[in-house]
Amino acid sequence: MTPLLDVQSLTKSYGGRIGCADVSFRLYPGEVLGIVGESGSGKSTLLNCLAGHLAPDAGEIIFDTRAEGPRDVLQMSEPERRMLGRTDWAFVHQNPRDGLRMRISAGGNVGERLMAVGARHYGEIREAATDWLNRVEISGDRIDDRPAAFSGGMQQRLQIARNLVTGPRLVFMDEPTGGLDVSVQARLLDLIRGLVRRMGLSAIVVTHDLAVVRLLADRLMVMKGGHVIETGLTDQVLDDPQAPYTQLLVSSVLQV
Amino acid sequence: MIEVQGLGKQFTLHNQGGAVIPVLEGAAFSVAPGECVALTGKSGAGKSTVMRILYGNYLAQAGSVMIGDIDLTRAEPREVLALRRETLGYVSQFLRVVPRVPTLEVVAEPLLALGAEEQVAFGRAQTLLSRLRIPETLWSLSPTTFSGGEQQRVNIARGFAHAYPALLLDEPTASLDAQNRETVLTLIEEAKAGGAAIVGIFHDLEARNRVADREVDVSAFTPRAAA
Repeated sequence: MTPLLDVQSLTKSYGGRIGCADVSFRLYPGEVLGIVGESGSGKSTLLNCLAGHLAPDAGEIIFDTRAEGPRDVLQMSEPERRMLGRTDWAFVHQNPRDGLRMRISAGGNVGERLMAVGARHYGEIREAATDWLNRVEISGDRIDDRPAAFSGGMQQRLQIARNLVTGPRLVFMDEPTGGLDVSVQARLLDLIRGLVRRMGLSAIVVTHDLAVVRLLADRLMVMKGGHVIETGLTDQVLDDPQAPYTQLLVSSVLQV
Repeated sequence: MIEVQGLGKQFTLHNQGGAVIPVLEGAAFSVAPGECVALTGKSGAGKSTVMRILYGNYLAQAGSVMIGDIDLTRAEPREVLALRRETLGYVSQFLRVVPRVPTLEVVAEPLLALGAEEQVAFGRAQTLLSRLRIPETLWSLSPTTFSGGEQQRVNIARGFAHAYPALLLDEPTASLDAQNRETVLTLIEEAKAGGAAIVGIFHDLEARNRVADREVDVSAFTPRAAA
């Protein structure tokens, strides 16, 4: 099987400091990869390099495009990369304010991404927006409200709807449940899992919450100081961690 | 179906002075289709460790575990994931689910993950939940709030939803009343008749004698230095 994403020796430094160093991995269709590590471990740098928000210093990011098969994203022209970001890729920010337009309606937020790929029929756009609001459990009568009038959990669900409406194949998520209270987190996790299964999505989820990755991720990558120090099946890494740092991380979790 | 050879396992505790604890050495046994093998040995002998290595939760330092024609100890993560989806089932002692997901969906999930029609998957889930006496009023609720025995039965229903050719059972009859225990033992017998190779841990002696064809004493694999 062709990997959806094949990352080779990705490196990014900020001046003399390491952001992430020599990261390689493959992601296959339908897989969810969790990236865990403490603040400053390089997990967000890595995610931003992968998603094209930051330019890495070295390495390759080969994505299996629909039209032309595997291509190095870093060698693509800027318009090609932007198109990818609007169609096959999606990015869910930790703070919904970074991923939403706060001054336009919920329906407009979802519809905008459709218009960016050429949809022009108002009725169809509105219909798709209503359908997606339902899927993320936002009542249809809130379609004309601005996200500013939504709770944090609703904003995060709206951001997911906005991202998934174009049927992407790869979703990047940066701490998708961070900052939400636990009952809202559970609802969001359930939603993301259902969407991943039904749409056959692949996802890369950055988080520091080990409980979140246990439920969401098939595979896990542990980072420290910009380096990947351990990889494997999620339950294997959490139940039988090999690296000293992973053992410390797993044993530091408070039991509820 | 399941072939274990020269299996060795040790834990290295880097944060406790780098202590190395050998737990398993030269473990070897095999299970044929339609056969049930019970792991025995006193508490701490390594029964659960063997189970976890068989499921791929624990890494082995030596030896091999063949499930069908795949060596679990050397397989890529995505091969292990596919193996767990299609071939290798595991009924653990604890139910681990996403909160808020209804019981019926929890049980049907292994079938849905295999691409079964919703109708077929939910039908099978309903049959299993009825047989295991989970009242229908609970099916639409998340099992996270259920009693210990109910959770255990939901877990068993989930484990038996798909007819895995290889099945691992960790104390499947613990904390069950006589009627439900009987149902679980019948489910195990049906799986065996269907050709499943089963490895189980049964503290319930009667249950063990009824479903297990052979016993493998794990104490034989305990490294001498540690014993």
